[in-house]
Amino acid sequence: MTRQTRTGPLETADRVIGFPLSRIEGPLKVTGTAPYAAEHQSADMLHGFVALATIASGRIARIDTADAAAFPGVVKIYTHDNRPRTAWWDSAWKDEVALPGHPFRPLENDRVLFDGQPVAFVVANTFEAARDAAALIRITYEADQPKTSIEVESEKSYVPKEKRSGIAPPPSPRGNADEAFAAAPFKLSSNYTLEGEHHNPMELFATTVLYEGEGRLTIHDKTQGSQNSQGYVCGIFELKPENVRVFNTYVGGAFGSGLRPKHQLFLATMAALDLKQSVQLELSRREMFYLTWRPATVQTVKMAADDNGKLTAILHHAVQATSLYEDYQEVVVNWSGLLYRCDNVKLTYELAEMTVSTPGDMRAPGAATGVFALESAIDELSYQVGLDPLDMRVRNFVHVDQNQDLQLTSKALHACYRQGAERFGWEKRLHAPRSMHDGPDLVGWGMATGVWEAQLTEATARARLSADGSVTVSAAASDIGTGTMTILAQIGAEAFGVDAEHVTVRIGDSQLPKTSVEGGSWTAASTGSAVAAAATAVRQTLLDAAKDMDASPFGKDVTVEQTAIRDGRLVLEINDQVGVALTDILASKNLTFIEEEAKVAPDAQQAKKFVSYTHAAHFVEVMIDEELGVIRVTRVVTAVAAGRILNPKTARSQILGGVVMGIGMALHEEGMIDHRTGRIMNHNLAEYHVPAHADIHDIEVIFVEEHDDKASPIGVKGLGEIGIVGIAAAVANAIYHATGTRVRHLPITIDKVFYAKEAAE
Amino acid sequence: MRQFSYLRPTGISDAVAALAAEPTAQLLAGGTNLVDLMKYDVAQPSAVIDINGLPLKEIETLEDGAYRIGALTTNSQVAYDAGIARDVPLLSSAILAGASPQLRNAATSGGNLSQRTRCYYFYDPSTPCNKREPGSGCSAIGGVNRIHAILGASDACIATHPSDMCVALAALNATVEVTGPTGARTIPFLDFHRLPGDHPERDNTLQTGEIVTGIRVEGGRFAAHHSYLKLRDRLSYAFALVSVAAALDLDGDTILDARVALGGVAHKPWRDPLAEAELSGQPATRDTFEAFASRLLSGAKGQGHNDFKIPMAKKAIVRALMQAASGRPQVQSEKRVREGESL
Repeated sequence: MTRQTRTGPLETADRVIGFPLSRIEGPLKVTGTAPYAAEHQSADMLHGFVALATIASGRIARIDTADAAAFPGVVKIYTHDNRPRTAWWDSAWKDEVALPGHPFRPLENDRVLFDGQPVAFVVANTFEAARDAAALIRITYEADQPKTSIEVESEKSYVPKEKRSGIAPPPSPRGNADEAFAAAPFKLSSNYTLEGEHHNPMELFATTVLYEGEGRLTIHDKTQGSQNSQGYVCGIFELKPENVRVFNTYVGGAFGSGLRPKHQLFLATMAALDLKQSVQLELSRREMFYLTWRPATVQTVKMAADDNGKLTAILHHAVQATSLYEDYQEVVVNWSGLLYRCDNVKLTYELAEMTVSTPGDMRAPGAATGVFALESAIDELSYQVGLDPLDMRVRNFVHVDQNQDLQLTSKALHACYRQGAERFGWEKRLHAPRSMHDGPDLVGWGMATGVWEAQLTEATARARLSADGSVTVSAAASDIGTGTMTILAQIGAEAFGVDAEHVTVRIGDSQLPKTSVEGGSWTAASTGSAVAAAATAVRQTLLDAAKDMDASPFGKDVTVEQTAIRDGRLVLEINDQVGVALTDILASKNLTFIEEEAKVAPDAQQAKKFVSYTHAAHFVEVMIDEELGVIRVTRVVTAVAAGRILNPKTARSQILGGVVMGIGMALHEEGMIDHRTGRIMNHNLAEYHVPAHADIHDIEVIFVEEHDDKASPIGVKGLGEIGIVGIAAAVANAIYHATGTRVRHLPITIDKVFYAKEAAE
Repeated sequence: MRQFSYLRPTGISDAVAALAAEPTAQLLAGGTNLVDLMKYDVAQPSAVIDINGLPLKEIETLEDGAYRIGALTTNSQVAYDAGIARDVPLLSSAILAGASPQLRNAATSGGNLSQRTRCYYFYDPSTPCNKREPGSGCSAIGGVNRIHAILGASDACIATHPSDMCVALAALNATVEVTGPTGARTIPFLDFHRLPGDHPERDNTLQTGEIVTGIRVEGGRFAAHHSYLKLRDRLSYAFALVSVAAALDLDGDTILDARVALGGVAHKPWRDPLAEAELSGQPATRDTFEAFASRLLSGAKGQGHNDFKIPMAKKAIVRALMQAASGRPQVQSEKRVREGESL
């Protein structure tokens, strides 16, 4: 059961901004009538199935497709021997969010770079024929020694030569962290390990390519950016953008997995162009384990404090896994120079090359990983100093970004600490580990801070007001299950004074106005602001038209901000008796609608002074059966400061999802690799564990008031990722408080608290 | 997945004949395991014999108070049967500790006995596995073996049997009723599953063409003092790392008869009747149970990742017996593990 604390302007009866509107596409989704990428059909559709490499490193010596090709219904089998030619230069293969290195090219040559690499693609009349034929392909490999252990490979780590776009490298050291560390009365040096985590959204990666005639394609792709997929296939296959239209109208969860195009898009498009026929390819659940994943990471945090608990030194070093062909990078360590006041900071970040598929963004990439280490370390240090863990954090509060020497647009983290602690009952906490009980169970109360960037990206949107008062807003943006459609409807409703149900939202279509991929928690702020700006532009045009009318009630000086639309009339905000019917205004110009487009972009001047982050304070209760080691997360209170909350319902769902995923990160998720072969062995949802209902209990979400007029034009900061950042640390800290055992290796499975020592004996 | 022929016999003799005629055929009941295995290309039956039309869907009460559970009864049907829940609550509880409601609605009793191991390597046809492909080797030894056996394993196989239901049936000395080409026979439950030895490809002692038709289980005897305790990697919907089915017959606090079966630790539900026999006449105390648990695990051997199962199993045995002795069995919908009050 979960509860909700409502803050914000809910008193309004209109279903506009601030109203807890249910997802507008919800009925379609729960009745199975919202078509996902693999659910679009055509009469002559061909179906694909991918054969996967069964070694992690080496080359294909021989590939025998004779039996498979003879299988009834098989149309063609593609391997590196017969794959159609594609663009030569890497630049043509680079998608919008590509990484330094060489983008993976499916079926390019005989090299195997990672376990599960696609090595053959079967196209047949039915899915079943393609799948059954794929099982008949016989491949002989020459295998090399795999490199898949982050503990081993981190010994050969390196600083990435080329920085990933948009990912800040660690800031230069400030002060003298080594000296300050050596001189401090309280200090620790701890190592933290994260095993690789694998995306498993409900919807699998899938692409339906509808062949519309010579060089013209309609593509339904499971992606976080229809225009990114469009650009990708146009680049590789040298197609004209006007001939390729990509839809991602409905996306069944993505969490970062769909930021970059996946090989199913390439393979299905390649086959459709080659065979001049429509092709559908849906990947298997198993293949989720060979795609975008949260990289295994080893971290060392050295942290020191003075007698008052003031931090005097922080040294944070991280090494993350990447592939042989791309340098994936995240912001892992920078948070340690940002979140608390500290004048002696040294942050370093390196990569370790492994025989794995390139890692990728997974909900709060970098922060989820780095803040786990940071928030575990400051918790450890608080016990050394003898301070309450919350007090320790409050004492080190900082109002600026010391990494970049910038001001913050807002930081209502104090309010998060205060309101979260109050709701949780933190003041009743007994400080000593193992001091709280519930019957025979040990009780642990832990907390952690969360932080994530609040970003605005370039976005364009269109708004249309029709004579009947109906409104359409559109942008290429994606709704990956977050509620984007719903909040855009609410923004349109607010701007035009109508109920959200009169607003049609069109997104998920590459032909619509340009936005970036949906990710980084930036869509609500960016596309939301663009929709608001487009709506304002429409209202300006409308007002201008009204002023042109004979006997117009609007004087020349009336501004658009002074007007409102009520009951189908453009009126003065202060006196809605003064106004004109929309139909009359449009008729005066012989129009049936007014449509405008608007674009928002980051303010370069503002960026020289300000930077923006969301914050959270998480409070977690665990109960542990001391004899058996069974851990239950019985209560979570998460207080979030994320600027303006557009829709408390979808916002709360975002945070709940983040918290649940964070609990999974803390206790369950772990790709298990057989390092002898470099292969992931638990590649299914029976053995790769995520929380079940029984693992999730009471989660309470608080949105604290945070006014921010700089983060984005509509005051929104974004919510997709902040819910997970810090949760794993809060759980680990609660487990320490309960048991006195500090586990620094995620996930904290049942054996790690009580049985590790006994088993070793 | 491979192509297969599909048969749907309506009588037991037809089904037996079909199975005997085609040894590479497999029976389909609930399909919750076989269909998965076929999709993963682990199972490659030449024919699928769908036995859902056979008249094996009843739970009968026998004159001696025992129950005969038809092979095609669903897990849900058995778990929520009023008589079973009252007289054989250990069985109900064990079933409810497994899978999910949706799976339990489809999975059958006979199928539960016949389910295959969840060993990662068995499930991945691209790896060597003696159980899947005799003679190819065991990848789990020296590999990823968190979920593997600590008792009764061989150099050929360290897989475990994944069932919860079977752990309870083993503790209860159930019998398995089978029908084959030469007629019907019964197999004591402890003899139904086998240890891997040199033939891990064989999970049980069924002969060619034999079909499980039912399970007979005694009622009443351990209803007052039993518990099924399952420890796993999340609080629901995961296979057991260690599970314990404990059943006691007590006279005051003196043990008359004790049964303990372990799940998740061996190729079959694990019991040690000799050790159990020595409990007779002893007081039902923590000390007694701890000594028993140590004895039961004395031959245990870890494989690396699963070493923790040895101390875990000892503690789970003690707790389950404490719960059983105190008459406070674990309730599967409660995620807090019951204490088992001191006697």
